[in-house]
Amino acid sequence: MPKGTGWKDIPLGGLILEAGNSVEYKTGGWRAFRPVRDAEKCIHCLFCWIYCPDSSILVQDEKMVGFDLEHCKGCGVCAQVCPVKCITMTPETEFEKEK
Amino acid sequence: MREILALDGNAAVAHAMRQINPDVVAAYPITPQTSTVQTFSEFVANGLVKTEFITVESEHSAMSACIGAAAAGARVMTATSSAGLAFMWETLYIAASYRLPIVMLDVNRALSGPINIHCDHSDTMGAREAGWIQIFSENAQESYDNFIQAVRIAEHPDVLLPVMVMHDGFITSHAMERVELLTDEEVRNFVGEYKPAFPTLLDVHNPITYGPLDFYDYYFEHKRQQVEGMAHAQEVILEVAREYEKLSGRKYGLFEAYRLEDAEVAIVVLSSTAGTTKAVVDKLRAQGKKVGLLKPRVFRPFPAKELADALRHLKAVAVMDRSISFGAMHNAGPLYLEVLSAQRIYGGSMPVVDYIFGLGGRDIVPAQIESVYDDLFRILETGQVERLVTYLGVRE
Ligand code: SF4
Ligand code: SF4
Repeated sequence: MPKGTGWKDIPLGGLILEAGNSVEYKTGGWRAFRPVRDAEKCIHCLFCWIYCPDSSILVQDEKMVGFDLEHCKGCGVCAQVCPVKCITMTPETEFEKEK
Repeated sequence: MREILALDGNAAVAHAMRQINPDVVAAYPITPQTSTVQTFSEFVANGLVKTEFITVESEHSAMSACIGAAAAGARVMTATSSAGLAFMWETLYIAASYRLPIVMLDVNRALSGPINIHCDHSDTMGAREAGWIQIFSENAQESYDNFIQAVRIAEHPDVLLPVMVMHDGFITSHAMERVELLTDEEVRNFVGEYKPAFPTLLDVHNPITYGPLDFYDYYFEHKRQQVEGMAHAQEVILEVAREYEKLSGRKYGLFEAYRLEDAEVAIVVLSSTAGTTKAVVDKLRAQGKKVGLLKPRVFRPFPAKELADALRHLKAVAVMDRSISFGAMHNAGPLYLEVLSAQRIYGGSMPVVDYIFGLGGRDIVPAQIESVYDDLFRILETGQVERLVTYLGVRE
């Protein structure tokens, strides 16, 4: 269903008729603090991957490779659980300045 | 063979439920509704229905169980009154907005406080904005007939909204009357086999989500859809009534007009009081007075145009409200305010006055109704409206 569909064309009653489409709902815009990882220090224990409530830790070949910023809400849980404290929660305003 | 039984209003509806044979009934007892589900639970215990009967710990849970069962694809019913309906508040809106065709009996009872178990209409009038279709019944026969029709109205694909059917607490719920039942087979055929409009929660091959978060980006569209269901309901209600008339011989419309066509003055009143008013109309007619009655059956969706058309020729109208809309214009009743708005849009220039009556089960007797007609004739003679709102039967 394309974004902006009118009332005549959306399913009745708020029903979602297809399964597994919550990934299309981008929640990254809610974030006030962005997790930034110091890759040098990371020991790839994947604690962050286990604890992230939004499945926003990207992993390839059993290595932590970054954050899914379209869905990360900036809760800071990953920074809290990281045993080597290599994740810094950085205000989004810092990145606004960059633009 | 069709049976004619002596039944009170609650038992009449319990028999309608038995004949409909719903998949799920979830209910909690509350006076004066209790005997409805109590009687129905006996039908369950005796194996007369295949219904899954869920006893819950509150009305909030009753309606929640109904919502869950309906989302899972079941034909669902319940019954409540007063504080029970108020305790369902949140879930009433959820049932309507998920477009679940749940059918409920509400036995009209006053809302606390001070605590009171007797009839007035403040419970369902408070729920008039919840998105449910509301049908009022004058007596046990009407309540039985309305309950059966409600299934077809709720489940119609152009409507898909829950329906509440009302009758007056104690006056109708507990008074024994002559009730003509259809045969079980006739009711079964009339309501038909239930086919849910959407894939259901138990359909593992078509997984769907009920009740997701619905923010500023879609909520408004879903409310607009609900309006459309309500807008279609009026025609569907009439269509179902025509079909029901063919089957039962009993005619139903959006309202009943009693000796109204050539009347000069009329009363508009809901439910059992309309029955009392008919007797008063007959008495005054025998004295040559041109009086009439309009008894709304469908309150939501409100048949504004049809009602204004039916009243237009009158010289004065009294609306009788069995509840108060506190803080509304002149603290009038909700029925009065609807009739006035209908008149504003669809025309009619006669004075319309309001009578608040019968709160908390206070008796309303023929002499009081006669006094309302007297007041209307006085308005005709003097051309003066003394009061817009009168409290009929309150002690000064
Ligand atoms: S900040 Fe929260 S949501 Fe974002 S990656 Fe870390 S744990 Fe996940
Ligand atoms: S918790 Fe810290 S060290 Fe472990 S994988 Fe995540 S970022 Fe790397």
